[in-house]
Amino acid sequence: MTDNVQQAPKVRKKFKFRLTRRAFSYPYILFLMIFVVVPLVLILVNAFIYDGAFSFQNFADFFNVGTSKGLSVLWKSIVIGLMTTVICLIIGYPLALILSKMKAGKLLILFFMLPMWINFLIRTLATKAIFDAMGVTLGMGTVIFGMVYNYLPFMIMPLYNSISNIDKSYSEAALDLGADKMTVLVKTILPLSFPGILSGITMVFIPAISTFAITEILSDRQIYLFGDSIQNMFSQNMYGVGSVMSLVMLVLVLISNLILNRFGAKDESGSVVL
Amino acid sequence: MATNDKNLVVGDSIIELKNVHKSFGDKPVVKNLSINIHKGEFVTLLGPSGCGKTTTLRMIAGFETPTSGQILFHGKDITELPPYKRNVNTVFQRYALFPHLNVFNNIAFGLKLKKVPSGEIVEKKGVKYEKMRKLTKKEIADKVSYALKMVDLENYEKRSVTSLSGGQMQRVAIARALVNEPEVLLLDEPLGALDLKLRKDMQIELMNMHKKLGITFVYVTHDQEEALTMSDRIIVMREGEIQQIATPQKIYDEPANAFVADFVGESNILSGCMKKDFCVSVLGSDFVCVDKGFKSNELVDVIIRPEDIRLVPVDSADCMKAGYIQSSVFKGDHFQTTVIVKDEYGDDNEILVHHTNPRTVGADIGLSINPDSFHIMHKSRIINEIETEMWDEGVVEICGGKFECNSNLPSATKVRVKVDFDDVELTDDEADGIIGATVINSIYKGSYYQCIVRTDDYYDFFVDTEYEWLKDDRIGIKIAPDKIIIEKIEEAEENND
Repeated sequence: MTDNVQQAPKVRKKFKFRLTRRAFSYPYILFLMIFVVVPLVLILVNAFIYDGAFSFQNFADFFNVGTSKGLSVLWKSIVIGLMTTVICLIIGYPLALILSKMKAGKLLILFFMLPMWINFLIRTLATKAIFDAMGVTLGMGTVIFGMVYNYLPFMIMPLYNSISNIDKSYSEAALDLGADKMTVLVKTILPLSFPGILSGITMVFIPAISTFAITEILSDRQIYLFGDSIQNMFSQNMYGVGSVMSLVMLVLVLISNLILNRFGAKDESGSVVL
Repeated sequence: MATNDKNLVVGDSIIELKNVHKSFGDKPVVKNLSINIHKGEFVTLLGPSGCGKTTTLRMIAGFETPTSGQILFHGKDITELPPYKRNVNTVFQRYALFPHLNVFNNIAFGLKLKKVPSGEIVEKKGVKYEKMRKLTKKEIADKVSYALKMVDLENYEKRSVTSLSGGQMQRVAIARALVNEPEVLLLDEPLGALDLKLRKDMQIELMNMHKKLGITFVYVTHDQEEALTMSDRIIVMREGEIQQIATPQKIYDEPANAFVADFVGESNILSGCMKKDFCVSVLGSDFVCVDKGFKSNELVDVIIRPEDIRLVPVDSADCMKAGYIQSSVFKGDHFQTTVIVKDEYGDDNEILVHHTNPRTVGADIGLSINPDSFHIMHKSRIINEIETEMWDEGVVEICGGKFECNSNLPSATKVRVKVDFDDVELTDDEADGIIGATVINSIYKGSYYQCIVRTDDYYDFFVDTEYEWLKDDRIGIKIAPDKIIIEKIEEAEENND
């Protein structure tokens, strides 16, 4: 008996692997290492290599205001990203509000999600075909349209969720205290759906500034955004500048995330509980 | 459904509900409700959950529109008026404090929207009117701090509402409603989420506030003790109908029916028979009582409060009924004892008695009850209920007649049929109805007549109609197929019976 008891721990030591909750994360960690961390390191390394040696030349090339087209493209991307976000919010908020009031809201929201089941390239090419058939000149207008069309669902979804989660009693309390319907919207529903607005903006603005292909297709290659030019650099084997631009993009995304998170965090201490 | 409005002054009513009905879909929640709420009163709507009391309150607040009927405020019809135009404020069950605003801004919410006459008179197109202005910051701040003082939360202005305890949130909710100086304060189970000790304290505070402010309080609760403690008048509701409107004292001492007696306080509810005036037969014995005016041998509900029964030795001259003590529990300030007595059929009946001296379990004991402690009431029912069988699919037999119904149960299935009072149609010509019946009586109920009609099977239908039907007339009975509620009687359930 005693022998068996003493042997047992030894055996266990040999096969130490136990199916704990942590074990489920191993494949994901491996995946992250190969497909996220390694490429990031490669980009970082590439950014500092010029003519096979360590150098800051790539950065100088990109940030040189006189010669680099990169900066103006970056500026244009941010402007278009902002415009897309604002238009999505202006269209998305009333829509989400109406849908959250409707009994069939859950079903109708599916219709806004449906286009997302089609690959965005096919969708964008189809949009272009429609514009061509209608004789619309491709340019800034069509690009913005394409961007809004692509990113609207990402705005509606978080807005819809946060508006429909607002307890009805808050609106009733506001009505009871003398607020008409418009005041209820401005003074209670709008502030209470703030977390939804923030996550909607995050989900639209950040992908929008780094978008590519949509602009290229819908402007007949007239308008290049930052995402397009990064793709361009790599396809022309200019890995150095391409990597610098990717890093700039990364920093931009980090900054906007930080700002938006700061807003959210501040708001939470200001006690939004949803 | 007795209304005891006679002793209250009519004319100073602030809110009046007139024949208010409310259904959600097909489901009636409030049925033909008529109440008068007087200025300065503390009125409580009391009833079990789902009795329509909260819906009634929400109709007064304006969150629900009645399906039919009228709501008057100072005699003016406000049935269709939106909540923000009504001079009432609500304290919500879960407080509904705005989480994005601090205590000050929560309370100031209504004040910031309020407009008051500015004293400036302008003339426009020949019509003189007074200009309205918003309250100044100073006025708002003063009012908020006064309201906070009233609920004992001074210097809490800057606090976030989520950092408050349940009791504090409750106080802020009350301050937020009261600061607007409403003429009527509506409270929807405001103390439901608080623990017992805090609830008792808040009850007293609310009563003091009511006295101090002199405004009308309409309070909704399912807690009978809370209702009895706080109210000037209680409206007991059940399944959307008023059971009794009376003072707490009267509700307790003279419950209008078995339901009220059962719901308000502890009580022994027994089935008895009125032998003659001042004599009731219950538990197999005849007792002297103070009630009269019942039909001879009419079946009645007899209600006896546990504290109205005295325990006496079996051999004492006072002993009116002998039994033995089954259990006795100390309840803090009294003992609650269950005494088992046998009725005329030899069945055991449990009688609750409250008393102050300890008793031995198992001991024989006698019960003594004063004549005025028997509360005797007509057997009432709230729905016509008949046990019968299906005749065929879609046809049910009721009192020998074949009624179309919406049930697909097969022939000969035992079913329980329920028909609401106002769903029974009476026809002038007996031949127009599916079955014939005789009108037994017809009582005017304030806004409609309640008739009792007896079929040839000696089943009494209760019918609410807008017409008066003459006693002893022959009439016909019709019921729309969709108004017949059919429930299958399960075999097991039948065996239990």
